[in-house]
Amino acid sequence: MPEQLAFTIEVFLNGLMAGVLYALVALGFVLIYKASGIFNYAQGVMALFAALTLVGIIDGQVPFYHLINAIFGTDIHYFGWKVNSLVAIVVTMLVMIALAWMVQRFVFRHLVGQEPIILFMATIGLAYFLEGVGDLMWGSEIKTLDVGLPQGINATIDEATFNLTGYGFFIDNLDIIASIVAAVLVIVLVLFAQYTKQGRAMRAVADDHQAALSVGVSLNFIWILVWSLAGFVALVAGIMWGTKSGVQFSLSLIALKALPVLMLGGFTSIPGAIVGGLIIGVGEKLFEFLIGAPFLGGATENWFAYMLALVFLVFRPQGLFGEKIIERV
Amino acid sequence: MFYREAGDFSTTYAQDQQTFPIKFDRYRYYAVLFVALFVIPFVVNDYWVNSLFMPFLIYAIAAIGLNILVGYCGQVSLGTGGFMAVGAYASYKLMTAFPDVSMFIHVLLAGVITAGVGVLFGLPSLRIKGFYLAVATLAAQFFLVWLFNRVPWFYNYSASGQISAPERDTFGILITGANTQAWATYTFCLIFTIFSAIVARNLTRGSVGRKWMAIRDMDIAAEIIGVNPLRAKLTAFAVSSFFIGISGALFFAIYLGAVEVGEVFGITKSFLVLFMIIIGGLGSIFGSFAGAAFLVLLPVLLKIVGVDWLGWPTDIVAHLQLVIVGALIIVFLIAEPHGLAQLWRVAKEKLRLWPFPH
Repeated sequence: MPEQLAFTIEVFLNGLMAGVLYALVALGFVLIYKASGIFNYAQGVMALFAALTLVGIIDGQVPFYHLINAIFGTDIHYFGWKVNSLVAIVVTMLVMIALAWMVQRFVFRHLVGQEPIILFMATIGLAYFLEGVGDLMWGSEIKTLDVGLPQGINATIDEATFNLTGYGFFIDNLDIIASIVAAVLVIVLVLFAQYTKQGRAMRAVADDHQAALSVGVSLNFIWILVWSLAGFVALVAGIMWGTKSGVQFSLSLIALKALPVLMLGGFTSIPGAIVGGLIIGVGEKLFEFLIGAPFLGGATENWFAYMLALVFLVFRPQGLFGEKIIERV
Repeated sequence: MFYREAGDFSTTYAQDQQTFPIKFDRYRYYAVLFVALFVIPFVVNDYWVNSLFMPFLIYAIAAIGLNILVGYCGQVSLGTGGFMAVGAYASYKLMTAFPDVSMFIHVLLAGVITAGVGVLFGLPSLRIKGFYLAVATLAAQFFLVWLFNRVPWFYNYSASGQISAPERDTFGILITGANTQAWATYTFCLIFTIFSAIVARNLTRGSVGRKWMAIRDMDIAAEIIGVNPLRAKLTAFAVSSFFIGISGALFFAIYLGAVEVGEVFGITKSFLVLFMIIIGGLGSIFGSFAGAAFLVLLPVLLKIVGVDWLGWPTDIVAHLQLVIVGALIIVFLIAEPHGLAQLWRVAKEKLRLWPFPH
């Protein structure tokens, strides 16, 4: 097999893996959008916040130690214990549920019935707020997250492909795990939405707030549930990305990567988020490899996804799987 | 008592339609203009101009531009940073290519070029609406910043990849470069700000502005009653980008002097200007000024209080600033979605009835 083709296939596979990770973030967006019509820009920052909290709990950091030290002149940093990863994940999840409750109680309860674009801007404010709080709570330096996920080249695939084609493919173990987790997550979420009582209530709220309210669905509960689910997805995404590239501010920028995925797949479709993620992941990696790096000076990954989505939208404004947009006066 | 329309008679249509129909407002406006033009230039020093006045004036232009697009025409844009970069690089190319031409013309031309680019990126708005459009404008943001970073022609093949403003003058007074004087740069920016505000105000209350607002309120209904959506949306993009381009050119050439595009015109800049118009008030020229003033003053105040008085480390204050700005956005959206401008309007309404409100 010629070298160039082997490279291309490798890039393709890595693109698929990256796409899965994008889809993971996009999933959180879709969940909230479907149930409450809120386009949650803060999803990426929620992932960052979850990862920061997780690292902080594992390392036994004192929350707000920076601020406390500045105000009281003390010099504390750590409690001096290490927490088991699983326990830490559970505690972080509790924090995310508390966050969901607070977001619902203090922000979106007061914004019911506002225009979608106002809600969108509120989530941008929320993103800034959370980013600031996360930094104040846990400090803004780059941290490494290790919850025991395997990392590095997968030896089996490397060997198998080497025997087959004469060139060993580099596939990261973490990416494989991320894909499996994402697949499981999607299946669980779809089953949850289709077959459980809460899932049905969630879909009812998504369909029509008032009708759902009138048959006895608690809007408040459903919205807290949805934000908690989004917090859970953010935690999973935060663990994956945090393990991959460290917990730092740039983690919140994955939200920006998820936006074109959403545009491509449609804001209301869970399968759309997956397919869109895969298309974007593969598309940008292949474009960078085949055209971007050799001819355009590289770093095309920053904008390729957006341009692809933009061109695509001109032909199909509701995205691949989105519901048809019907407008009336 | 003093804030009344009573006794202030209009005898011509022009008087009837003026921007400030109440005498007190009108005199206040003239007084502000007089102080800004004829008092401040004689008393300012470098610190005041660089930390307060110039950012305020320049951001006010950008906020007016974005407000036309978002507040008046209802097309949410997150590409402000990218369009400011277009203005900056256009003025840079013009300054280096035609060194003898006045800076006034360069800045205006930079605005015109940005308007062209804005129309280009506004084209999808005819098909895409709402969030999809907001996200689509991010394409402009990332693509433009990448373009200016990677194509050496734009930064004249300089080794650092930065652009820095050479010394240029207008009417023999040095405006850009290291040896400028505070009053000159201040006045230069001020003239553009006044010009932008007057043009924007008169556009938005004329037929063009009414078409924008019709599109904002409901585009299909507007189309049915005879507003051409193609023209209305594209003019909004053009005018908005024109102002944003001017502010980008001033931001680079006059205020900063040297620019690294990813750092200065990144997505945070887009959000900053968007926050200005949310806090200031969507669909209000005064709101653009109020929002710009607010978000320029806030970091300065926080720095004075946090770092100088309380002695906290700067990074804590920076994080606190994020928290405060984020919380303010939410508070404003909940309590007063029309921003500072609405508070101002309510105050004026109260004042008109004062001291006998019933």
